[in-house]
Amino acid sequence: MTQIRTIAIKEFKDYFISPIAYIVIALFLIVTGWFFFSTFFIYGRADLRDFFSLLPMTFSFFIPAITMRLFAEEKNVGSYETLLTMPVSFTQIAMGKFLAATLFAAAMLLPTLSYPLFIATIGELDPGPVIGGYIGAILLAGAYCSMGIFASSLTRNQIIAFIIGCALCFFMAILDRMLFFVPQALVPVVQYLGANAHFTNISKGIIDSRDLVYFASVVFVFIFSTYMSMKEKN
Amino acid sequence: MIDVQNLTKYYDDFCAVDGISLTTQPGEILGLLGPNGAGKTTILRMLTGFFSPTSGRIRVNDLEMPKDTLKIKALMGYLPESAPLYHNMLVYDYLDYVARLKGLIRPAEKEKRFRQLSRLCGLSAIMGKPIATLSKGLKQRVGLAHAMMTDPDILILDEPTSGLDPNQIADIRDIIRGIGKEKTIIFSTHILSEAEATCDRIAIINQGKKVVDDATENLKQHARTASFIRLGVTGTDAAQATARLKQLDPELDITPAETLADTVILEIRTKDNRDIRADLYLTIKETDWVITELSLESQALEQIFQELTRGGE
Repeated sequence: MTQIRTIAIKEFKDYFISPIAYIVIALFLIVTGWFFFSTFFIYGRADLRDFFSLLPMTFSFFIPAITMRLFAEEKNVGSYETLLTMPVSFTQIAMGKFLAATLFAAAMLLPTLSYPLFIATIGELDPGPVIGGYIGAILLAGAYCSMGIFASSLTRNQIIAFIIGCALCFFMAILDRMLFFVPQALVPVVQYLGANAHFTNISKGIIDSRDLVYFASVVFVFIFSTYMSMKEKN
Repeated sequence: MIDVQNLTKYYDDFCAVDGISLTTQPGEILGLLGPNGAGKTTILRMLTGFFSPTSGRIRVNDLEMPKDTLKIKALMGYLPESAPLYHNMLVYDYLDYVARLKGLIRPAEKEKRFRQLSRLCGLSAIMGKPIATLSKGLKQRVGLAHAMMTDPDILILDEPTSGLDPNQIADIRDIIRGIGKEKTIIFSTHILSEAEATCDRIAIINQGKKVVDDATENLKQHARTASFIRLGVTGTDAAQATARLKQLDPELDITPAETLADTVILEIRTKDNRDIRADLYLTIKETDWVITELSLESQALEQIFQELTRGGE
């Protein structure tokens, strides 16, 4: 456990040592802020639904940018070798990096808390969906981070890691809009696999154990895949 | 201590390490010597658990890979070639991170160890500097401090002196010799004099196979016995000189090495490695030749190394 925490803290600090953190956070705020506020005053609704409904899409580009370096950079510099010869297990390394990335995604969401605070001052804001939305956003970020880390563990090139990560996350985000192409019998299965429906449920303020199980399973599957990919290359 | 049996590693079809067996005793410095691409790094990487071997057995004390890999890693300190470190960290932060990962958490103990290490590796002046700004030699020292963090029983160093200047090389060798009194050290190098100067035992690796594994003293002894006498005379030619000296002992092996101006230089080998310089002098004294050179040359370890590692080409 201390090992996981040590790795997580180190990786989390690393984000803020380099300019990546500030660039990613700033871009994220500009993009989400623009999409949200460009229609906010037109609709005149005191809620954050538009903000949250876009998150599966925006995250699928921003989260891989956060996770791309986690393994690829270490492999490229060679520090991966030093890391693996220290008394830490593959699982501890993968978990530590996963926690750091998720924590960073949470830090990225932190400034957006000003939106609900601001909206609450100008209208009646229902706190349920907002709280649910943020919980859902963290879960979604976690799921995407696990995919991004898996992508990063496959290669020593950060750009390839980013592209594979984007593809995976984007695929999960649009899966339930592709139902049209899927045979009738498979529709419920594919719908369950897509991240969107689960995220939408939670962001309505309904915290259902099925959705929690879904996100936990995605994280488990991809952390396990990362573990397998580390083992395979070793 | 370390017992390696029949270690083999294939990269796809390429056999990088071919059935290597090694054992080390506590307090022994073992040098893995070989030309570039001989498989030294691969052997070390398998010892540290970074690569898993294709076949073969690695045991450390009572522990066996891959079952006890984590426990074995805890016993070892490893310095990879060119000490890859996290460039964006400060030296102190990096060492702190390593200490935590290696389970050195209590602040008092940690600080004490840091002080020892910074004295041993000469880090006190650079503790607060970012790793990216350090020179190669300083990075190597930080890497060494990393490897020695928990005072491990086994130190594995991959070409610890490559790319350093002569002073730094001497420093690193001193450090290695200092800690090698109590610890088991395995290090790889392609520089023969380095292995000769530092190691208790040398294993020469070529094309994935072990060609020699012997105490440094024995290897040097072997080099000394394979000696010859270098004789330079003027006032004669090679054929005449050879004929004259053969009278001394018909079994002498005399080869003309070179002719400089009017000096003939001969390499003379005896069957049983006797030192016959006195006899040579007395023989030549009877003629009107002039001796310009008469010395006992031992075949350098260098030459043995070359003969052994060129065999496969």
